[in-house]
Amino acid sequence: MTVGFVMLCHTALDRAAQVARHWAERDCPVVIHVDRRVAAKPYAQLVADLADLPNVRFSGRHACEWGTWGIVAASQEAATVMLRDFAQVRHVFLASGSCLPLRPVEELRAYLNERPKTDFIESVTTEDVGWTVGGLDYERFTLRFPFSWRKQKWWFDTYVKLQRKVGFRRKIPAELVPHLGSQWWCLTRQTLSAILEHPERATIDRYFQKVWIPDESYFQTLVRQVSSTVESRSLTLSKFDFQGKPHIFYDDHLQLLRRSDCFVARKIWPDAVKLYGAFLSEDRSRQAVAEPNPGKIDRLFAKAVERRVKGRPGLYMQSRFPNENHENGRTAGPYSVFCGFAEVFETFEIWLSKASGTRVHGHLFAPDRVHFAGGETIYNGALSDNAKLRDYNPKSFLTSLIWNTRGERQCFQYGPADTQDLNWFMALDGNAQISVISGAWAVPLFHSNRNFGEIRREAARLQQVEQEFLNILRGPYTKARVRVWSLADFVENPMEPLQTIIDEIGPRQARRLTEAPRLIDLTGFGQFLQNLRNQGMQPVLMGDFPVGDDPAARSPRRGRPYLVK
Amino acid sequence: MTGPVQSLLAAMSSAGRAYALRTRRRRNLWRAFRSRHALRVVKDRSGTIGPGDILCFMSVRNEALRLPYFLDHHRKLGVDHFLIVENDSTDGTRALLAAEPDVSLWSTDASYKRARFGLDWVTWLQICHGHGHWCLTLDADELLIYPYWQTRSLPALTGWLADQGLPAMAAMMLDLYPEGPLSQAQSAAGDNPLTVLRWFDAGNYSLRVQERTGNLTIKGGPRARMFFTEDPRRAPTMNKIPLVFWNRRYTYVNSTHDMLPPALNAVYARGGGEQISGLLLHTKFLPEIIAKSAEEKDRKEHFTNSSLYDRYYDAVTADPVLHTAASEPLTSWRRLEALGLMSRGGWI
Repeated sequence: MTVGFVMLCHTALDRAAQVARHWAERDCPVVIHVDRRVAAKPYAQLVADLADLPNVRFSGRHACEWGTWGIVAASQEAATVMLRDFAQVRHVFLASGSCLPLRPVEELRAYLNERPKTDFIESVTTEDVGWTVGGLDYERFTLRFPFSWRKQKWWFDTYVKLQRKVGFRRKIPAELVPHLGSQWWCLTRQTLSAILEHPERATIDRYFQKVWIPDESYFQTLVRQVSSTVESRSLTLSKFDFQGKPHIFYDDHLQLLRRSDCFVARKIWPDAVKLYGAFLSEDRSRQAVAEPNPGKIDRLFAKAVERRVKGRPGLYMQSRFPNENHENGRTAGPYSVFCGFAEVFETFEIWLSKASGTRVHGHLFAPDRVHFAGGETIYNGALSDNAKLRDYNPKSFLTSLIWNTRGERQCFQYGPADTQDLNWFMALDGNAQISVISGAWAVPLFHSNRNFGEIRREAARLQQVEQEFLNILRGPYTKARVRVWSLADFVENPMEPLQTIIDEIGPRQARRLTEAPRLIDLTGFGQFLQNLRNQGMQPVLMGDFPVGDDPAARSPRRGRPYLVK
Repeated sequence: MTGPVQSLLAAMSSAGRAYALRTRRRRNLWRAFRSRHALRVVKDRSGTIGPGDILCFMSVRNEALRLPYFLDHHRKLGVDHFLIVENDSTDGTRALLAAEPDVSLWSTDASYKRARFGLDWVTWLQICHGHGHWCLTLDADELLIYPYWQTRSLPALTGWLADQGLPAMAAMMLDLYPEGPLSQAQSAAGDNPLTVLRWFDAGNYSLRVQERTGNLTIKGGPRARMFFTEDPRRAPTMNKIPLVFWNRRYTYVNSTHDMLPPALNAVYARGGGEQISGLLLHTKFLPEIIAKSAEEKDRKEHFTNSSLYDRYYDAVTADPVLHTAASEPLTSWRRLEALGLMSRGGWI
């Protein structure tokens, strides 16, 4: 007993001839169907190429447009020829002209001989398939589809809508239960002949002629009526991309295809010289007979689809520039923004870097230059510290920085004196952790040696800028993790907020802060604020600092260590 | 109030924009048609072009150093025929090209700048020969690479693009530079310039969408950070669309950065996914750039407002070091993809 191949061909006929010859010479009869739209000359060439083989037949030609009845008609006719002309055939294997056998024919024959009654055909009820393209699953069977989906898209869609509106439903004949599945099957003589000689075949054929994509449902549905042992999987390795188009295999897939242990794969790139050379010359078994296992390589295909559809979060490049809110992650990873901390603590950056084990930058958006960690002038990815370059496109600057340093959390200082272009961007970014000590910008002014009139003007400006930033952060759309303390509240008890922030940055470390950063001297700050008030400016963001009650005098250098669970 | 009046106005303004772009495209085509007089045939082998052949178009001036490797590289990828306009060369470029069996050569002495930086000439050749072919439009200092380029030929790529319904593919320029001063990176004609130009900037690019034509504008790389810190707006544009299934009604607008009709500029995904893209390895910074910069500063043929670029030419003439501690060495395309500079966009 042997297996016969039905081949549906429409392009690359030389490759089809090569594969047909391979099978025919190994005592597997082949029936070839060539698409009617193929010109006479190449067809005649194919016939001539295979003329010396006694067990190759050509069947009557149908036009096989994608998703139409022609493909089923072609399969039916070719299968009829196969069953009629080759009595020794027990299994019929439906293949295409771009299929390639991956394992020796002997192994396939042995595999099928061990399972003489089994039909290998993917056959799934419409409720269970997740892969239908175009959103039509059960409606494939209840609506009529006289228009081509590819060439008459508008008519196709409109006619579907019209039928839905009118409530039109076709009756499914002969008590069929619709099933769907891969077009490529391998059926036993008994099953196939029962389908082809079905008493109601004329009715069934007429019905399926107006079903959408009947090649994925005709045999898949009928097999359930006539077969006793359906193994619902295809012996052909065939993978589809997100548009439902088959993946093509190239020379560099050689190892991948070997690993799959499948018997036949499609589609093969016609110029894949190495693949054709390697697989068509292999007759000896490489190892013990293995079950076909396309699952081994599934992950690769799933990843490719994901890359195409979702992309890499936080990456902006020539292939990917998502519209706002379609980013699937505005930035590539979590990062922390500190407002006012460097103003309140001495050497805060060094302390934070030690305590959290992250990369801590100064004011990245300072007006003079980018203050990268360690005073670098060129940072990862060759980012420049030039302020004009950064301000030319601050969003690209920040997203590039986070992308270039993926795997290492970035922290940076920010404040109202910096470029404010990214306030909205960061507020809407779920990766941002923004911690603000409001009003802390007043501390450097307090320590500065400038004229008071100048200080007053600058304080008014910075307060307004920070107020706007806080308004954005408090808005309903904010996705960043935002914490805001007033300066007065913060210096009252600095350890608890710090512990919270550090825990959130590195939850696994979960260690207690032993060393606190040193608070800057605030003696006289209350008086400074009072002076501002006396000059007509109203400092509000720093909270309540009574004159004379200096926090520095009250709180010790080391705040009470506090563990937040 | 967003009433019918507003929506009508919006529709009219978008129709007006579309019409303006159409007019611009037709003007470009007309200019290309007029420019045919400037072209003199040196060697026309275009009769050997078969259906389905992949064609490469360009205009060159004094590129005898780069062309041998350029032709070799793209021939290996699967370019079947090169159609080249040679402009005012003095270094034997013309003889070199005329002797190649798969090159059709035209020559002109007309102004490069007034021919829209050579685009008028190239567009004319594309009107005549490009229709219905996958066409590459390159400069002599650009080497195209794409995902799997070492194992899959251009026909495999274009076949896949056609299957996916994509009429064009993006490929950003990637400026390559040597480790030391530019003058150190000596490379002879026919040598692989990538052996001396081994470094690039991996992650300092600025991206923006041009709302009018829908194309991206990418700026950045070593030229931006070294020479255009005072005026980043004038830094060179890096994104290009070099590979297109050509129609005789198409035109490039500004080098190969953007195209008309504007739908062709949608070579990137806007919904969060990634579309396939390649890279143009830019071998501009071979030592001869130093002498060339001094010359181009006088010729004023390369920018609309050339005097604004004097500083740039001066800086390059001073033989700078572009390499930094954060530069990335050129290795495989998989590394370039992992860095986010190109993408396989679902191609397995």
